[in-house]
Amino acid sequence: MRINFIGLLFLLFSQSSFSAAKIEQWKTSQGTPVFYIEATGLPMVDIQVVFDAGSARDDHQKGIAALTSLLLDTGAGAWNADEIAQRFESVGAQFGTSVSRDNASVSLRSLTDPKLLNKALLTMQTILSQPTFNKNDFQREKNRTLAGLKHREESPGAIASIEFFKAIYKNHPYAHPTEGNIETVSGFSEDDIKSFYTQYYVSKNAMVVIVGDMDKQQAMATAESLVSNLSSGNAPSALPEVNLVSKGSNKHIEFPSTQTHVLAGLIGMDRKDPNYFDFYVGNHILGGSGLVSQLFKEVREKKGLAYSASSHFSPMLKKGPFTMGLQTRNNQTKQAVDVMQKTLRNFVSHGPTEEELIAAKKNITGGFAIRFDTNSKLTSYVAMIGFYKLPLDYLDAFQKKVEAITVSSIKNAFQKRIKPENIHTITVGGKN
Amino acid sequence: MIFRIILFTLICLPISAYSSSIKVHERILKNGLKVLVKEDHRSPVVVSQVWYKVGSSYEPNGITGVSHMLEHMMFKGTEKYPIGEFSRIIAENGGNENAFTGRDYTAYFQTMEKSRLEVSFKLEADRMRNLRLDPKELKKELEVVTEERRMRTDDKPRSKTQEYFMAMAFTNSPYKNPVIGWPSDIANYQVEDLQQWYERWYAPNNATLVVAGDVKHNKVFALAEKYFSELKTSKIKQIKPRAELEQLGVRKTTIKLPAKLPYILMGYKVPVLNTIEDESEAYALEVLAGILDGGSSARLASKLVRGSQIAVAAGAGYNMISRLPDLFMLDATPAEGKTVFDMEYALKEEINVLKRELVSDNELQRVKAQVLASAVYEKDSNFYQAMQLGMLETIGMGWKKADEYVDKVNQITAEQIRKVARKYLLEENLNIAYLEPQPITKQKRTNKVAGGRHAN
Repeated sequence: MRINFIGLLFLLFSQSSFSAAKIEQWKTSQGTPVFYIEATGLPMVDIQVVFDAGSARDDHQKGIAALTSLLLDTGAGAWNADEIAQRFESVGAQFGTSVSRDNASVSLRSLTDPKLLNKALLTMQTILSQPTFNKNDFQREKNRTLAGLKHREESPGAIASIEFFKAIYKNHPYAHPTEGNIETVSGFSEDDIKSFYTQYYVSKNAMVVIVGDMDKQQAMATAESLVSNLSSGNAPSALPEVNLVSKGSNKHIEFPSTQTHVLAGLIGMDRKDPNYFDFYVGNHILGGSGLVSQLFKEVREKKGLAYSASSHFSPMLKKGPFTMGLQTRNNQTKQAVDVMQKTLRNFVSHGPTEEELIAAKKNITGGFAIRFDTNSKLTSYVAMIGFYKLPLDYLDAFQKKVEAITVSSIKNAFQKRIKPENIHTITVGGKN
Repeated sequence: MIFRIILFTLICLPISAYSSSIKVHERILKNGLKVLVKEDHRSPVVVSQVWYKVGSSYEPNGITGVSHMLEHMMFKGTEKYPIGEFSRIIAENGGNENAFTGRDYTAYFQTMEKSRLEVSFKLEADRMRNLRLDPKELKKELEVVTEERRMRTDDKPRSKTQEYFMAMAFTNSPYKNPVIGWPSDIANYQVEDLQQWYERWYAPNNATLVVAGDVKHNKVFALAEKYFSELKTSKIKQIKPRAELEQLGVRKTTIKLPAKLPYILMGYKVPVLNTIEDESEAYALEVLAGILDGGSSARLASKLVRGSQIAVAAGAGYNMISRLPDLFMLDATPAEGKTVFDMEYALKEEINVLKRELVSDNELQRVKAQVLASAVYEKDSNFYQAMQLGMLETIGMGWKKADEYVDKVNQITAEQIRKVARKYLLEENLNIAYLEPQPITKQKRTNKVAGGRHAN
């Protein structure tokens, strides 16, 4: 019955405008890979240029990747920040830059009417290849970043996250927060920004994603024009591997809040982990599936200890974390942490039940189409597939790989990797 | 870190613009349930939402937040589908689900692969009339909601400032109360309160079913007929108007909380589309908000953040879609060395400029281009489109307002913008809250506490 349904699903996909199977890939004349899906139906296009220029490339200048990204649209070619913003907004285009630990993205959403699109594209191309990083803009955005970093100290959740990454990553480039620290950011000069840009915003370190109502010829020309003026440069060397062995720890930070924020976890997996689907499906059951996960049921449904309780893997270029999280009123923190730990220990020693696994598979495969039912979501998937060099049929193969998972494959993977004694627990909150 | 300020967390998703041109099909079942269907065949997915005409603005004092509490309890089971079954069945069918409560509505939704729509109807129809409220479950869920309140409001200085701000700004209007409710009200809900609230408002003749996605409208109507048409109606008593008093002068409050940055919130009492005599005035206020804060080229970013650099962030917002008159909001975070009073002066000066001078053609065209483009971008999300229809219908304006939006915005002139600025953005209608940061930890007092320490 379900098999029939899946067959039907694929049939529908191949008729629909953005079949999961239709990612096309090529390289620009400078060798930059392009990933493209033609999605007709709405006269709009989403474009991203992605660089391996995330905060993992900060080195000792923690926060430099984020500030560089933030400064890109504050001056380019002959235009200042106002003119750049006007050029995009006068044609209804939405432009943005963002940074994660792994990468830096420059993105555009525009209507495809050539008059509108061309103006937006020319602006984006200039931002990518001729940012000015002038002193006044640099100083202002640095000050705004510093204010943001101060603001972060108001949030027990943000503090917990910073401490959690520090605890599990130690000296690895993933250890510090993307936006950096007050001490490091205070020391930046505009020359630091320029040299970070010069090293990492190069065509050999870039990829382009295009999803929208644009034919392949147009997409090829668009990608070419966006990256052709970048200097060629070199791809950076690989990030260091993450050391897996690390004994668990507990750390509490006093904070004047009514709730204590709890984060607990350890090093998990990278995007290409051979056990990716064991962890993915396993975590779905443990804490990834919202209202029906084990953690949600144990912490919230049965005991009313928290509003949210969940777990997730964050697979990255190198091994990303496995994290469990909840927030609870200060004086029941111990009880909530106990429930969380017990749920994890139980899951690791016994794995899910057969019934839970069947239910999880039904949820994942039955709702598969929801994962990319908008151009926005599809663009994120294609960017992910492109950046992490996953097979182009990743989405098509996804369901089959999920179906192949068994109770014992989940149990084995968790027992090997997610050892309860290696869990690092951070609590930030008021007196118990 | 990109500095972001969120205005209007009171409603879950503010609507910024509406789309036209995709047809909406409407059918009213014999028991009064209104069914709206918007077809979009780009992806084999369907969104189904049930909207009830009830929210925190319907609540009397003493049980504030009861609509939201009931939203939580709606997941606690019926005779036919005991606790946990609803979510289990939706999950097993590959669905995503949740619910949200606002000042003027409570809504439940599922996103499903298109062939599973029936599952969603079957379950929603059942819990529309057959909820079983268990005192033991209520007691536990009350703790969950209290934790939710701590997370959303109590431990967030700016959210808390906003809460106190609304409570000060409104005198008789129920918009003074937070959607989640006041702590003492939450702690004292009885199961009877929930039962009465449920019986009073949860009925087909007080609900709208909105479906958007890869469906055929006739089939959806037939399915709705099958599951919903036999549900009993309730006699829905009209609620009292609770009209807000005329404000007779500026109101100010200072909020002292452990925080790192000072912050200012300002709000002028203004009418909304639902209450205004001349609708074009509401659209003019909407465009005016766009002139101030419709992107990075708008005045607040260009003049206060980049130009004078006295703010690290500044925003403006007008929510024209609500049942009762609301506030035109402004907010800002001062740059290092500047105070909330500098911010107040600068924001008021921007309002004064709007009263003195006509906005330029370029600015007006920019706002209109953005509205036009957004109307296309929004069609990318069925969920968003269903939200627009459900919200307009539930607030009492009718979903057809969605079709008018782009045209009405397009007709707005610079003169109309100046006129509404002069008419509504007046000192005597103004409310202000200053967040005055207190030290977070005692040890860390070596650095000077940032601005905003002036006694008010």
